Amino acid sequence: MIPQDIAHEPSWYESSARARIDGVLDPGSFTELLGPQCRIMSPHLALFDLPPAFDDGMIVGRGLLDGHPVAVAAQEGQFMGGTFAEVSGAKLVGLLRAAAASAGTSQTVSAVLLLLDTGGVRLQEANAGELAVSETIRAVLAVRQAGIPVIALIGGRAGAFGGGSLVASCCSRIVMTEQGRISVTGPEVIETNKGAEEFDSRDRALVWRVTGGRSRALLGGADRYIRGDVASFRAAARDRANPPAFDIDTMRAEQVRLEKRLERYGDCHDTPEIWARMNLPDPAGISEIDDAAFIERLAATGGAHDAR
Amino acid sequence: METFTIRAQAPRPLPGTRAQAIVGVVASGNLEILLERTGETDAVEITVETASHGYRTVWEAVIADFVARSSPGGIRLSIHDNGARPDTVMLRLMQGTNVLEKQP
Repeated sequence: MIPQDIAHEPSWYESSARARIDGVLDPGSFTELLGPQCRIMSPHLALFDLPPAFDDGMIVGRGLLDGHPVAVAAQEGQFMGGTFAEVSGAKLVGLLRAAAASAGTSQTVSAVLLLLDTGGVRLQEANAGELAVSETIRAVLAVRQAGIPVIALIGGRAGAFGGGSLVASCCSRIVMTEQGRISVTGPEVIETNKGAEEFDSRDRALVWRVTGGRSRALLGGADRYIRGDVASFRAAARDRANPPAFDIDTMRAEQVRLEKRLERYGDCHDTPEIWARMNLPDPAGISEIDDAAFIERLAATGGAHDAR
Repeated sequence: METFTIRAQAPRPLPGTRAQAIVGVVASGNLEILLERTGETDAVEITVETASHGYRTVWEAVIADFVARSSPGGIRLSIHDNGARPDTVMLRLMQGTNVLEKQP
């Protein structure tokens, strides 16, 4: 029998990008830019005999969160693995640039929400995709410099891999679930290059243990760990006050923190080793306990480890 | 890719005021359908772009059934299909007209 809480709470992981947007924003407040009826699609997929999508897997627009305007972009992880490509990238960059330009005007937004769900660059249009990632990073930083927080919400089927992980790391905040994964190199790519003994991509427990939300939250790679339902994402997106400063002091502190992290845990082979070295109780059990128990344990470690 | 357009006459125009809707996702075994009102009364136009070649007769049968059941008069449907089964196609088509009819 399906537990009550699952039956009544839609899962972020199972939802489409459009359903996620509807669940995060105030009901009925979303206005899409370059919607499907505009038919702004990839010109490249036909060459590979692949069906396009009317929105190229990237939905961008404006809406309200508690009555305050926000800009929002959502990747559809089920279409081509939620890839960064020429058209989808341009839509995202355009949204971010508009958000940065809006600062201080009557059109300003209180935050940009990035609902990332991506395996990285779309290989069929890889050069354009790589350019899109770097343009996105630059645009995210411009938004932050304009004083507008950029919040990454990660809990989809594709996770945030490749360029998606780099974009996430440039955001003001990263909100994650257990299933949301962040890693520059995906499990299959590691296995292909280094062999299954290095990383077995079919071992889901290993993939989640290493790249999943629990590992990232404990190591300071994510600011917030939440349950995987849509309502928890909305609650996390609402909490957008006091974003970390985007200045040289923050960057220097982050560099020091990352150097220390590498020094302390760089020789570890799996996350329970790291958790044991962090003196967390029952390190082997951390991937097994339920979300409520994990959130309690995370709080006991001193709470929010700022990803920045 | 195989692309073709199927035209039909519906018994009645589709009720409701919503101008357009999109349902589904171009994922494996799935499809997306963009529905738009054309301003006509009974004409239905369905453009299919599919990754699976050679199933036009199956599409025609599913669409004939759909037009008879949902009567989507005055609607243009544009489909991107990634190998959805006929039952999935039927459900998506009916989901699409339902959204256009019932949602503001």
